[in-house]
Amino acid sequence: MKTAQVIMATGANAAALAVKSARVDVIPGYPITPQTSIMEAVAGMVESGDLHARFIPVEGEHSVLAAAVAASAAGARVFTATSANGLLYMHEVLHMASGGRLPVVLCNVNRGIFAPWTLWADHQDSFAQRDTGWIQYHCSSNQEVFNTILQAFRVAEQINIPIMVNFDGFSISHCLMPLTIPAQEDIDRFLPPHQPEWRLDPAHPSSFSNVTMAAEYAPFRQMLSDDIMAAVPLVKQAAQEYRDCTGMWDGDTIETYRLEDAEVVALAVNSMAAELKLSVDILRGQGIKAGLLRPRLYIPFPADDIIQALPKNAQVMVLDRNYNFGHPGGILAAELKSILFGRRNDVTVKNRVMGIGGIDLTRRFMAAEIRAMIDEQNGVL
Amino acid sequence: MATSIKKLPDIEQVLSGNGACGGCPATMALRMVGKALGPNAIMLLTPACSVASMGMTPKLGYNWPCINITFASAGSSASGITNAVEIMKEKGRFEGELPTVFSWAGDGGTYDIGFQALSAAAERNENIIHFCYNNEAYSNTGVQRSGATPRGTFTTTTPTGKRQPKKNMALLMLEHNIPYVATATVAYPADLYDKVVKAKSIKGMKYIEILAPCYLGWQFDMADTVQLSRMAVRSGAWLLWEADNGRITFNNPTAQFISGKKNPEAVDEYLMKQGRFSRLLQGPDAKERIAEIQGDVDREIAFMRERAKIFI
Repeated sequence: MKTAQVIMATGANAAALAVKSARVDVIPGYPITPQTSIMEAVAGMVESGDLHARFIPVEGEHSVLAAAVAASAAGARVFTATSANGLLYMHEVLHMASGGRLPVVLCNVNRGIFAPWTLWADHQDSFAQRDTGWIQYHCSSNQEVFNTILQAFRVAEQINIPIMVNFDGFSISHCLMPLTIPAQEDIDRFLPPHQPEWRLDPAHPSSFSNVTMAAEYAPFRQMLSDDIMAAVPLVKQAAQEYRDCTGMWDGDTIETYRLEDAEVVALAVNSMAAELKLSVDILRGQGIKAGLLRPRLYIPFPADDIIQALPKNAQVMVLDRNYNFGHPGGILAAELKSILFGRRNDVTVKNRVMGIGGIDLTRRFMAAEIRAMIDEQNGVL
Repeated sequence: MATSIKKLPDIEQVLSGNGACGGCPATMALRMVGKALGPNAIMLLTPACSVASMGMTPKLGYNWPCINITFASAGSSASGITNAVEIMKEKGRFEGELPTVFSWAGDGGTYDIGFQALSAAAERNENIIHFCYNNEAYSNTGVQRSGATPRGTFTTTTPTGKRQPKKNMALLMLEHNIPYVATATVAYPADLYDKVVKAKSIKGMKYIEILAPCYLGWQFDMADTVQLSRMAVRSGAWLLWEADNGRITFNNPTAQFISGKKNPEAVDEYLMKQGRFSRLLQGPDAKERIAEIQGDVDREIAFMRERAKIFI
C-alpha cells in the first residue's frame, strides 16, 4: 500500500475525486441541487486535463441517463449524478440501463421530492426507484461515498448491472470532512480498466434491445432478478478487496455498532445512521442496551446478513426518512418485516418516520424517539 | 450532377428477410444510406417502424451494430456513443477508424418526443448524423398525427382532418447553426446517396430528413411508393434542398420552382392519389380545403426562396 493523501473535502467533492480515481471515460451531466457540485467539479477536472474523459452537458436528466447508457453500450466506463426530481425524470432510462445490463454508476444525492418544493434530504427519491433493477448502496460519510463509488464500478462491471450510490444532500454533499485518497496505484490494482464482453462494434454487428418475444424476454428478466440477488457475495468481496488495497472499511452489506449484546436495535440508512451511533451511546448511558444496524446495501436487501446479525429477541426500531404510502410508516420497516417473516419470530419491529424534507436529526432527538418507541405498548408498525 | 444510380456501390447494409412492409420507403431509404455510409458505422434507433422491422431478438436485418434506445433520446444517446468511441480511441481502447455514429428515427422521434434532445445535440454540435425518415404520422402505432402531418390529413387522431400545417423541421435544424442539413426522398436515390456521402465527410452535427411515403398511413397502393415520393416533389409539397454551413441550395426539380423557371404541379392530383386526403375531399367544402393545402405548399416555397437569400 502506497502513502495515501488526506484532504478536507465535501461529499460532492469526494464523489468527483472518486470519478477521477476510477478513470471514468464519459460523464453526461445536468445540474440539480444538491448534486450540482459533483458535476461542476467533474467538468472542471475534464477541462483542466486532470481527468481524461468526456463531459457531455446535456439538456435534462432523461438525456443524461440516455447518453450514459449509450456510452456504456459503446464500451466506456460511465458515471453520472442526480437528485430527487432528476432521478424521477430518469425513471424510464433506469429500466433501460438495468434491462440492457449496462454497468453505469450513478450518484443520487438524496433530496425530498416535489411537490411541494423542497431542497433538503429525505430518502423518497432513491427508495421510489426500488423496482428499476438497479443495485443501491446508501452511504453515511464522505469517505464512504468515495470508497463506495470505486466498489460500485467493480461490482457493476463484474455483473453488468448499474449501481446507484446514494447519500444525503447537504449533510454529506456540502459538509467538509477529512477524506483519505489512496494512491492511484492501489486504486488501479483494485479497479482494472473496463473491458466489457460486448459493445457496439462495427467489426461485430449485433442487435441491442430490439423486439423480443416472450420466450426470450422472460428469461432476460429472470436473469436480471437472479443476478441482482447474486450481487451480495460480490459486494462483500469488493469491500474486502478494497480494504486489502487501501486499508479502509465501511462495512460490506451492513454496518453494525454495539450490536452483539443489544436488546434495542436502531435500523436506518445514510447520514442519520452515522448520527445514530451517538444516540446509541446516549441510550447505553441511560442503561438501555442499544445497538445499530445500518444496511449499506438496500438493493439487493441483505436479508441473510441482517437476520444473522440481529441479537435474540431484539426490539428493532426502524427510523425511516421516507413514506411507504398506503401503509402506516416507512419503506425500510416494510422491507425488514418481509425478510423476518417466518425466519425470526423472536424479533419485534417498531417504526417511525422522521427527518422528512431535511428536518435535522440530532443524536438527542433520535435517542428520545427510540426511548418513546420502547415505551409504546403497541406502537405503529 | 448527382451520382448515377448505376454507379452506386454494391454493398448492402439492409439484409434480406427483415420485417418491413412491402414498398416500405424507410427501408428503401436506409438501403441507400447503407451504400453511402458503408459498414463502419454504429446505428441508433428509437422506437419506430424501423425497429419493428429490424428483426426479432437475436436476429438483425441491418448489417451494423444497432441499439434501440428510449424514444425521447436519439440526440443525447447518439452523443453518448460518439463521445464514448472518441475517448476510447484517444485512450487506445478503440482500434481502427472511428465509425460514423448515426441515429435513424421517425418523425415522431424527431419532430415531437425526440425534439428536445435533438435540439440540444445540435446546439452542442455533436459529431453525429441524425436521419429522420418522415412518413408524416405515427405509422408504427397505426397512423396517428405528428408534428410532421400536413394540414387536411386524416389520421386516427385527426378523424376529420388535421387543422394545423406541419412544421419545417429541417429549417429548424438549420437555425441551430449546424454544419450540414439536407432533405431528400426515395424517388431521388442518387440525390440522397450524395447527401449522405457529404454528411459522412463533415465533422459535427448533420441532419438529413427523408420524405417516406407510407402506403399504410397515406392509403395508396404499395407499388406506388416511389411515384408518390416523386409527386410530392413535383407538386412542391416536399422541397429538396441542402445547406452547407448555413448556405442553402436547392436541388432539382425543386430548384426550378424556386428560380421560377418552372411551376410546380397543382397539389390536387397528389392529394387525390392518397386516401388520407381524398376521403375528406369529397364534401361541399372540398375546394376550400384543397385551396388551404395549396396555400401551405405555396407559402413554404415562397418562404424558402426568401430564406435561402439570407447567408451571413
